[in-house]
This record gives sequence, C-alpha cells and structure tokens, in this order.
Amino acid sequence: MIASVTETLVHLLLLLVLPPFLLGVINKTKAFFAGRNGPPVFQVYYDIVKLLRKGLVISNNTTWVFVAGPIIGIIVPILAGLLIPFGSVPAVLSFSGDFLLFAYLFALSRFFTTSAALDTGSAFEGMGSAREVTFAVLTEPAMFFVFLVLARLSSTLTLSGMLSMGTNPLYGIGSMAPLAMLVIGLFIVLLAENSRIPVDDPNTHLELTMIHEVMVLDHSGPLFGLIEYGASIKLLVLGSLLLNIIMPLHSLSLGLGALLWVAGLVGISVIIGVIESIMARLKMPRVPALLIASILLCGSALIMLVR
Amino acid sequence: MSSISVLLIGIGLIAVSGLPVGLWRKGWSQILSVIIFVSGSLVGLAGTFLAFLSPEQPSISLPWALPWGQWSIAVDNLSAFFLVLVFSVPALGSIYSLGYWKQKEHPENGGRLGIFYGLLVAGMALVLIARDAALFLIVWEIMALSAYFTASVEDEKPEVRKAGLVYLVATHTGTLVLIAMFGLWASASGSTALASTASIPLETAGLIFVLAFVGFGFKAGFMPLHVWLPEAHANAPSHVSAVMSGVMLKMGIYGILRMLSLLTVSDLWWGILVLIVGSVTALLGIAFALGQQDLKKVLAYSSIENIGIILLGIGLALLGKFYHIPALVLLGLGGALFHVWNHGIFKSLLFLNSGAIIHGTHTRDMEKLGGLAKKMPWTAGLFIIGAVAISALPPLNGFAGEWLLYLGMFTTITAQATQAGPDIMLAGLTAVALAMTGALAVAAFVRLFSTIFLGAPRSDEVNHAHEGDLSMTIPMVLLASAALLLGLVPFVISPLLEAAVQAWHPEGVYIDEISSLAGQYWFPLFGGAILFLAGLGFIWYRVALHKKQNQEERLTWDCGYAKPTGRMQYTGTSFAQNLVRIFSFTLLPQKDRIRIRETFPQQERFSMKLPDLVLERWILPFFTWIAEKFKKAYALQQGQTYLYVLYIVIITILLFVVTTFGGSL
Repeated sequence: MIASVTETLVHLLLLLVLPPFLLGVINKTKAFFAGRNGPPVFQVYYDIVKLLRKGLVISNNTTWVFVAGPIIGIIVPILAGLLIPFGSVPAVLSFSGDFLLFAYLFALSRFFTTSAALDTGSAFEGMGSAREVTFAVLTEPAMFFVFLVLARLSSTLTLSGMLSMGTNPLYGIGSMAPLAMLVIGLFIVLLAENSRIPVDDPNTHLELTMIHEVMVLDHSGPLFGLIEYGASIKLLVLGSLLLNIIMPLHSLSLGLGALLWVAGLVGISVIIGVIESIMARLKMPRVPALLIASILLCGSALIMLVR
Repeated sequence: MSSISVLLIGIGLIAVSGLPVGLWRKGWSQILSVIIFVSGSLVGLAGTFLAFLSPEQPSISLPWALPWGQWSIAVDNLSAFFLVLVFSVPALGSIYSLGYWKQKEHPENGGRLGIFYGLLVAGMALVLIARDAALFLIVWEIMALSAYFTASVEDEKPEVRKAGLVYLVATHTGTLVLIAMFGLWASASGSTALASTASIPLETAGLIFVLAFVGFGFKAGFMPLHVWLPEAHANAPSHVSAVMSGVMLKMGIYGILRMLSLLTVSDLWWGILVLIVGSVTALLGIAFALGQQDLKKVLAYSSIENIGIILLGIGLALLGKFYHIPALVLLGLGGALFHVWNHGIFKSLLFLNSGAIIHGTHTRDMEKLGGLAKKMPWTAGLFIIGAVAISALPPLNGFAGEWLLYLGMFTTITAQATQAGPDIMLAGLTAVALAMTGALAVAAFVRLFSTIFLGAPRSDEVNHAHEGDLSMTIPMVLLASAALLLGLVPFVISPLLEAAVQAWHPEGVYIDEISSLAGQYWFPLFGGAILFLAGLGFIWYRVALHKKQNQEERLTWDCGYAKPTGRMQYTGTSFAQNLVRIFSFTLLPQKDRIRIRETFPQQERFSMKLPDLVLERWILPFFTWIAEKFKKAYALQQGQTYLYVLYIVIITILLFVVTTFGGSL
C-alpha cells in the first residue's frame, strides 16, 4: 500500500523537520524544573547545523566502520519512519510483515553504531557498546510482545493496520487493561532505546556509567551532527509508535490529525523531561530489572488478551 | 540420459575426486582433484535441475545381494532443495583449499583430506536420494565416518583427537538410535522402503518420530545432543568446518523432515516438542557463543543456534499439519528451508573467513587479535557481510528467511488460526524467543567482528597478518554475493521452496503461495534504499569532508590519557560480561580470580571460561563414573588378538546353540 503524494510529502516533512524540536522541548522542560531559562527550543537545530559545518578529528585506529556507524544511524530511523503512520498522516509504505522490518532496521543500526564505537579501541566506548547490546537483548522481547498484542487485537500483520485498530471490535473496554500495561511497557522501551533517564543520561558523557553518549565519544563534527539528528528522529519514530496506541487519530482529517499528533509528541517529550527532572539514573546493575519489568508488563498484556 | 544418471555421474566424480591428490600428493594433483570435484558438482547441479524440471519423480530401484532392502534411489523436490546446497558450498570449499591447505605445506595429510572430503560430499548427496532404510544407513555411515577422517586430519594434536573421539561416539549413538528407528519403521510399514504409507498407527508413528528426532538430532546438533559440535568444528580445517556446519548438519534436518513426510499421521505434541527444543537450542546456542574465546567455537555455537531457528520453522509446520492450516505449513517449513540455505551460505562464508584469519595470523584466539581490518581489508569486508547476514539484519538473506518464520509465528496469533485450536497461540511466544535470539546474535557478532578486526592490535600476530590467495578470496566473494542476492530478491527461490513444501506435505496446495506474499516484493526497494543511501553517505564523507582539508587524525580520545595501548581496550570477554552475568543461571561460567585483600596485594589475575553445559557437566562425569564402575570388566580386555578371536568363537557357538535348540526350550 502506498500513500498519496500529498500525504507522503507531509509525512516526510514531519519526519525530517520536527525531530530536533522534541529534544528542545525536553531540554526546556528540564530547564523549567531546574528554575533556569534554558536554551531556546530550537537550539538543537542550531547545534546540528553548526556541527555539520565544522571540521572533524578522527582516531588513527579507525577504519571505514567508524564512518558507517553514523551513516547507518541516520538512514535507519528515516526508513523506519516511513513505515509508521503519524496520526492521520498514513505511513508512506505498508505491507504485510513491515513491523519486522521496523524492528530489524533498528537492530541494523545497533550493529553499526556499536561496531563504530569499538573501532576506536577505547575502553570507554567498549563499555558503552557492551551495555547497548546487553539492554537490547531485554528490550527486543518486550517489543515483540507489543507486536504480538497489536497483531492479536487488529488481526493484521502490517504496522499501519496494527496501529489503526480503533475500528476493531476487540479494541474496546475489554482490551483497556492490557493496553494500559502495554503502554507502560512500551514507554520503558522508549526510554531505554532513546538513552533517556532512568536507563541512560544524555547529558553527561565522560563517566563510566553512560551508554549512548560514551559510544560516540570519538565522533566529532559532521559525523557527530548526523548522530544527534539520527537520535532525534529515532525518538520521534518510537514516540509515534506509542502515540498511535494511546491516541487513535487515523480517522481524523489530515490537518487536524497531524496537529493533534504533534501535540501528542510534545506531550510525550514533556513527560520525558519531567521524568528526567525528578528521577535519578538507575544504577547500571539495576537497569536489567527495569527492562525485565517491561517484558513482564507486555507479556502479561498478551496473556490477558488470549486467556 | 535421465536426470538421475546425470546426478549419479556427478556424485561418482565427487567420490573419486580425492584420488589424484591421494595417490600422487603433489601440487598439480591437488589442482586436478579440485577440478574433478568442481566439475562433479556442476554435473550434479545439472542433474538436480533436470530432476526438478521433470514432471514425475525420477527414481531407480535395483535388487542387491544384501538380505534386506534394495538399491532404491529417487529425487523429489525436497531432496533437490538440499542437493543444491551439497553441490555448491563444498565445491567452493574445495577451491578454497587450494590456497588454504596447500599440498606442499601439508604433505603428510593433504592426500587423506582430499580423499575423505570427496567421500563426505558424495555420502551426503547419496543420503539425500536414498529411498531404502538399509541403503540409507550405509550411505549415512559413509558420510559420518568420512566427516570424522576429514575433521581430524591434524591428529598429531591431542585436542583434535579428543574432538574426533567425542564426534565418533556421538555420531554412532545417533546411528544406533536410527537403526532402532528404521527397524521399527520396517516392522510397522512392512518393508524397508522409504515410501509414504498410511498403515502406521498413531502410537507407533509417535515412537518413530521421537527416535528419528533423537537419532538425526545427534547429527543436526540441537541441544542437548550438540556435544560433539563445538570442538569438532573448531578443530577441523576451516573449509571442512564450513562444509560440516553449512551442509552436514542439514542432513540431520533433512532426515527429520524425510521421516515426517513419510508418516502421514501427526499429533499435537510433536509440533510442541519441536518448538520447545528449537527455542531452547536457539537461545542457549547463541548465549554460549557469546562466551567463547576461540573464534571458531563462536561460529560453532552459533550453528547450534541456527539449527534451533530451523527447528522453530519445522515445529510451526507440524502444528499447521495437525490443525490443517496450510499457511502455517508453508510459512513454517518454507522459512525453515530458506534458513537451511541461508545458514549454508553465511556460515560457510564465516568459516572460510575464519580460515583466512587463521592462515594470516596463526591463532584462533580472538583476544590475541584486533585491528585486523587494516591488514586484511577484503577479509574484513566479507566478514562483516557474513556477520550482518547471520544476525538476520536487512538487507541480507538472514532477514529474508526469518521474515517468513516470523510471519508464520504471527499467523498463529490471529483470529483465523485460533479458531482451529486455542493451543496454537502458544506458538506465538516463539516469536519472542526468536527476537531475543536475534538481539543476542547481534551482540555475539558485533563482539566477534569488532574484537578481531577493529580497534588496535592486541598482540604481535596481527602485525604479520596478510591476505590469503585469490583462491581463498573468490569463494568468499561468491558466498557473500549469494547472501546479498537472496536478501535483495528473496522471491527468486520461492518456487523452489513451494515445490519442496509441496513434496513434504502433498495434501496441501502450496504452489505460487509464497510468491503471492506481497511483502517480498518490497525487499529490493528497501534493501536497495539502505545500500544506496549508505553509498551516498560515504561519497558525501569522502568528497565534502576531504575537500575541506579540516580532517585531522589523532589518537583515540581516552579521556585525556596520552598513551593508549591495545591492551587497554575492551576484550571480547569483557564485552560479553554483562550478558553472561544475566544468563549465568544456565551458562554456569567458571571464574578463576585472586581477590585483592592485603595492603600490598600480590599480582592479580582474572579469567573466565564457559565449559559446555552438557558435555562437561553431565556426559563426561557420567562416563567417568561408568568407567569407574566397570573396572572389573577390564579383565576381559587383554589386548591379545587370540583372546578376542576366542570370544568371537564362543559367541558364535552360543548363537548356534540358541538358534538350533532355542525353539524347543
């Protein structure tokens, strides 16, 4: 299934332009809680543009894999974003089994970002990528429980179908409890996958406790700009997955639905900002417990549905 | 000439291909052997293709002098599917051996390797076409024993001898179970012919299935029958490991599938058993792979994982057969068979690659390597293709195969399937197991690739490393291209998959069913998009950034430390440590460390290894215990030939007495 030209253009525009704004909203929320003015909401755009114009320093240990990390890291969220509907803006592409592509694309980007980190031969970056792959082992099952629940509720095997199940008779009062558990579980996955507190702290990067920021320690200039931009798109794409379950907007008109969808994403960003302001990052050995909790939540949602 | 005679000529050429190198043991005779082997494979491929095209199943049946069975062979589409693998991967391995196992570098064992390599492959081809239990067991043993002789060519090394012994015990235990299975089959169906029959009652069929599952399981190597696999694969010459892992394990899978196709009945628990064994094998196999330090053992354990994934597909197909859901049979078995090919391609690519690494650095220990991508750029590039493919990542073939399996798993959870039987929903849970396996595979192969090829060298071996000959690189390039091709246009093999599934389950209608899955036709688009955009990214990096002249090369930023060395890097063991800890309840790692306690501590050390759960903790202690208990029986074993002859005479007389007077007792 392919969307119309207008819908495709709107979709691409939102996918490519909006993401850094969400990071700005998170930063603004955190500044508000800290009693600061904080950087402007568009600061992340300025940062990315500035980084893209800078020169770069690369480690003499590295090979082409070091460059492949950021490049794959930007391609993957964009391609994955094409598969997901943005509120009433339908997905650009939709076919049976596309959700598998969605999940495995992110695994592809994980393969290359962690390899790029190890390419520098630094123990810090080794630590970061070891943690990244470890936590992915626990988020992936949760993700597939989510897909199983959505496939069960919608009886389709396309991401768009799964996320537009508002018309399905199973999507009623009976499925509210499982869906609530699913949303909490998926939100934990979202935080972990986007390296947010309580799993990771995006603000500090020179400590032994970090994951994502420490992996990109040796990337600078344009390559680092790509990484920042890619990370923000990933936040938007995974946030949309969650948002489509909370707010079924697919039947609204294009403009209104898109508007509400942007509002919803801003809402999610504010929640993330609030969590980052009021919580501390978990101790690293405690993180698996949190992720296993998300597996259990999503798994229980499935069990409640199939009884 | 009929297709089957073409096939037999090919197999014959392969079987005798080792003679030149075995007889003359010279460089030119090795080349001649390889030429005979490759032409035999090409003839065999042509025969397979003719058999696939022929409207009725080509078969030959001849009487022979043995008291049981007959010389009966046939090629159906299931056989043909596996035959393609047997005629392609070993031929590439044979070309590879020209550079990897040069006759002048291995004058003492090159001839033996050549002879048994040919017999191994010919044996596998015959296993696939044998249609009689007695013939099947004979060719099965030819295959199993040739594998022993090829894998243990370096028998001057004690670890090779130990690995060979474990293999020999395991394969014969399997054969023993198979003899029982075929005996039961012959008595239940009334003949040793392997032809489908409806006369077997469900209970007997269940027993035959379990015996076949266990007997062939020793060859396929799923948990807990995998005990021989890691050591045998690690200690064999690399192109032999490639053939053993990429092709020979699949003979076990073929055996299970063949027996299942002959049994027309099936029960619910069959599928559930296979699904459970598959999930456990996949998860534990890859978890053990994560903890290995020997790079070939990582690949060997990952083979166990992939056999588990294939079993998941077979389990789905069995559920589909039981509940009469054709879509499930198609997606399950189609995915399993696709994965059989895929694993044959990327695992042999990785094993050939490991051979190139060992050839260049003379070590299998990944913790001694590092930074090899600078010395061996071709090997590194080909290795990463294999690693991405085996982690089932788009746009390569592993993803295309698992995509079918996942679709099958998700089919079980939709409403149509649950109407057939609510139990089937449990099969949906295997999708979660497969997802976790996938994430672990990414971890394992990032670890393997990065520890070997990226970062700084960890020892001096790396500095002397060099690329292998062209004869080693070309087979790897061909395998990597196959991985890319099947990943980008997976629908090209759909007709073969459909035909094989049809042969396995003739009651259903499967032709053109996979081809109708619309999702497949998006593969070239998004695969192409990934490759195109990545290419664009690299061009941008090269052109735009190099022109600016503002790119600097410096030391790795180690938080201000001015002299980072290779030894300060993360090692493979430390990379896997978090995951090994999470799975320590089943991996049971052995740690050896001295804790720092005093004010002026002694030198500290820490090491960790992951002994095989089944072999080291169950089987070896069990056999030690047996040996202890049976010490008294040593008296019978004197090492004198005349005594053994005496035993034979006594037994013969006893048998004579029993058979003559036994009836009247």
